[in-house]
Amino acid sequence: MTDQSLVPERLEKADLDTAYKVLKEKYPDAVRDDTRTGYSGVIVDKNRLVDVAKTIRDELGFNYLSHATAVDYLGLGDHLEMVYYAYRISGGPGLVFKTQTDREKAEVPSLVSIWPGADFQEREAYDLYGIRFSGHPNLKRILLWEGFNGHPMRKDWKEPYYEQEHKPFDSRWPKGYVRRAEELNPYGKNVQYPADIDLSRLNDISEESIYSGMGLGVDIQELTTSDGIRTDRLVVNLGPHHPSTHGVFRMVVTLNGETVETLEPVMGYLHRNHEQIGERNAWIHNIPFTDRLDYISGMGNNHGYVLAVENLLATGARYQPPTYRAEVIRVLMVELNRIVNHLWAIGFLLNDLGAFFTPSLYAIAEREKILDFFEATSGARMMFNYMRFGGLAKDLPEYIRSTANLVNDQIRDFNTMEYLTDLINERLPRAIDELDTYLTESEVMTSRTIGVGYLPPEMAIAYSCSGPLLRASGVPYDVRRADPYSIYPELDFDVAVRYNGDIYDRYLVRIDEMRESIRILKQILPRLERTKGEPIFAGNKAYMPRVPVGESYGRVENPKGELGFYVVSAGDEKGTQNPWRYHVRAPSFINLTPLGQMCQGHKVADIVAVLGSIDIVLGETDR
Amino acid sequence: MTDLDLRELQGTEFPVPADLQGNVAITSLSKIYNWSRKNSVWPMLFGLACCAIEMIATAASRYDLSRFGMEVMRASPRQADLMIVSGTVTKKMVVPIVRLYNQMPEPKYVLAMGACASGGGPFKEGYNVVSGIDKYLPVDVYAPGCPPTPQALLFALIALHRKIDGQSLANMDDVPWYGVGPSDPTPIPILGPDIIDPRQMDIIRRQAELAAAGLPYGKREVPDLVLTAGAASTSAPRTAAEKAADKVASAPAAAAADDPEKAARLAKREAALARKRARQQQQSE
Ligand code: SF4
Repeated sequence: MTDQSLVPERLEKADLDTAYKVLKEKYPDAVRDDTRTGYSGVIVDKNRLVDVAKTIRDELGFNYLSHATAVDYLGLGDHLEMVYYAYRISGGPGLVFKTQTDREKAEVPSLVSIWPGADFQEREAYDLYGIRFSGHPNLKRILLWEGFNGHPMRKDWKEPYYEQEHKPFDSRWPKGYVRRAEELNPYGKNVQYPADIDLSRLNDISEESIYSGMGLGVDIQELTTSDGIRTDRLVVNLGPHHPSTHGVFRMVVTLNGETVETLEPVMGYLHRNHEQIGERNAWIHNIPFTDRLDYISGMGNNHGYVLAVENLLATGARYQPPTYRAEVIRVLMVELNRIVNHLWAIGFLLNDLGAFFTPSLYAIAEREKILDFFEATSGARMMFNYMRFGGLAKDLPEYIRSTANLVNDQIRDFNTMEYLTDLINERLPRAIDELDTYLTESEVMTSRTIGVGYLPPEMAIAYSCSGPLLRASGVPYDVRRADPYSIYPELDFDVAVRYNGDIYDRYLVRIDEMRESIRILKQILPRLERTKGEPIFAGNKAYMPRVPVGESYGRVENPKGELGFYVVSAGDEKGTQNPWRYHVRAPSFINLTPLGQMCQGHKVADIVAVLGSIDIVLGETDR
Repeated sequence: MTDLDLRELQGTEFPVPADLQGNVAITSLSKIYNWSRKNSVWPMLFGLACCAIEMIATAASRYDLSRFGMEVMRASPRQADLMIVSGTVTKKMVVPIVRLYNQMPEPKYVLAMGACASGGGPFKEGYNVVSGIDKYLPVDVYAPGCPPTPQALLFALIALHRKIDGQSLANMDDVPWYGVGPSDPTPIPILGPDIIDPRQMDIIRRQAELAAAGLPYGKREVPDLVLTAGAASTSAPRTAAEKAADKVASAPAAAAADDPEKAARLAKREAALARKRARQQQQSE
């Protein structure tokens, strides 16, 4: 990859067609069009997958693999399919390619050699779908534990509580008597053992397999450096219960003295089966679930999901896109949420650096003000459930009445527009300036972060990093500009970018981004005034929309990076009521791929700082 | 605690002269013991999921947990009195949680924060989710909500204070950690083909034997009432019409007694459902 890849050169739709044509001409017998209704892209013969991928990356310039995931088409062709979305880092629409394998002996060549960013995603597909990736350097389960019975995302995997295939389920209240879910299972719990379980031979091998995957056999080993100093090599577990892992994340680290030799992230401690529950839910039921992905920025998650489903709905009849006011309010919410997230991230980065809790107290003080507004509008402080397909759940309230705004024990009503104006023009800029003044030059900050955790731009791209992590390495890639959605094209803002690729720059990018968000919000305010009273929904609210068949990938620039939802509607020609496949491209998950590389050679105390600068949230990492 | 009011502690019938009441209190050992314990509960610094964010917000400046003497969050279980289970408990995570709990010194308390920790919450159906930490650990206070607001968490903590206040040193049921030595550790679950609770080994073995013998397994013994009620919908040979008649006759009858309007509505709904089922059956035949 050369520097040329960084030159902004936009891709047009026509180019995409040419790209597909080039592929088909170059590999006439291995590449064919995906002709199913509602699908796009090409299907690649799995034996040529690596060659085709190389062409896509090197010759066609699609050097950024956004996401890779598996789909199980049981009953609709009976194959497993891997879906890849590749983009140009300079922006524009994505190139979709897929490969199919049969369900019994599922095997696909690994693309880790082309895009190292596919690493964790392929492990996830192996874990949940049982696809083997030949050539993968470290193929083992990632979200579940070694020894788990079966691959739970396969369509024929039976769930412990709800074994019925169909929706809606039979009554859980036969003749008015409640039957609790616990009563459906012999153990009264959400578990299921294979019938032939042999308890005598039971042993837990997940820990061993983690260590052996890292090539570790011993706990402590004595080493002697070249200049004769004796040190120890030892294995240290950070997490899953550790105050600075931002949740239940675990890192297995080998240290030579105090220097990190290898680091392997171990996750899945918060794997809540989001995707499988999502596939059983009706389309609209998933909106509240998305709030719980990246639970600090729920609005952004809502937005990504409704965009994905709206893309699909738009292919059918009787669909009306969201009104202008709805779009304006969406951007308002999302940008406020971005500030919330970055305030949080910066506060807790300082925690990780050792400035325990004082900076975070200041950082999250203003967050409460924004949450008051969210609460008054959507009804909840964190789990908003606010956006709908084609609009919003409700309009902004006239007044904000929140018990948290007690002044002399009196509940006060604030006029919403005045409250917002004050927040956006006065309070938030002041809070950002305050952080900037006290932290940017601070000794704690500079001495621990400058030059630490360096991530070169080529590597950031190859590892599919996104968000502030990517932009701090000098790659100006922001989905709001690269592949615009909503009303972002008409808004005036810059993509924050810094060039040193270390922790300090990631911090600075977040500060810059908050300032850009303020800039956007200032443009939103007059638009809000202007559209007052206009509808927030075009057409009728449809609670159970029938979604036309096809696939769709909706992506947004979430505070933590590119958040994408890959949804497939299949199985019913007239349109479906629940997704066939619901996949989340989680930025926190994929941004962790280069963590091991970034920490190598640093001291053990720097690990927490590097991790804090990536800004992960476990609800999204593990889903 | 700058303005300690000793009258709070006054706990016996011994009279204290009115002018001394601010300076002297006569009280029982239990009372002063509980009073000091409840005002310095140290929670474990330990967040699981979304609820942890609200827990942090509760500790932050606006809601200010230190008003209750609780701002000292300890990262080590050995220094903590209270485990706030703040979020979804997954099968993979329950193993370390039980380990952490076993390491906490007694007296120890568990607060299940949010729907997930109390009963599985929105993710209850998931294959990797434990439906409630109370399947493994004894819970003292449940805080409902998804997530509970900081106010709700504070309320739960106050409830915990009340619980501590009510415990008596004279009663071994209240304070089992005195006199009889430390209580037994909770057995640590094993990650096998699925999570295995060592306390359930017998049931699992029985089910596996049934399976090996080709007998039906995986059936849970549920109360008779439920089985007989459920039988109507599972036994095949009865015709749809019979079922419908049965439904219409029985279900709304009970409700009819107190609310005729509701009964009529129910009857209508049942009839419609019966028609739908009959139609479905016809189609499938
Ligand atoms: S109860 Fe709700 S907010 Fe709390 S952990 Fe569960 S899903 Fe998250």
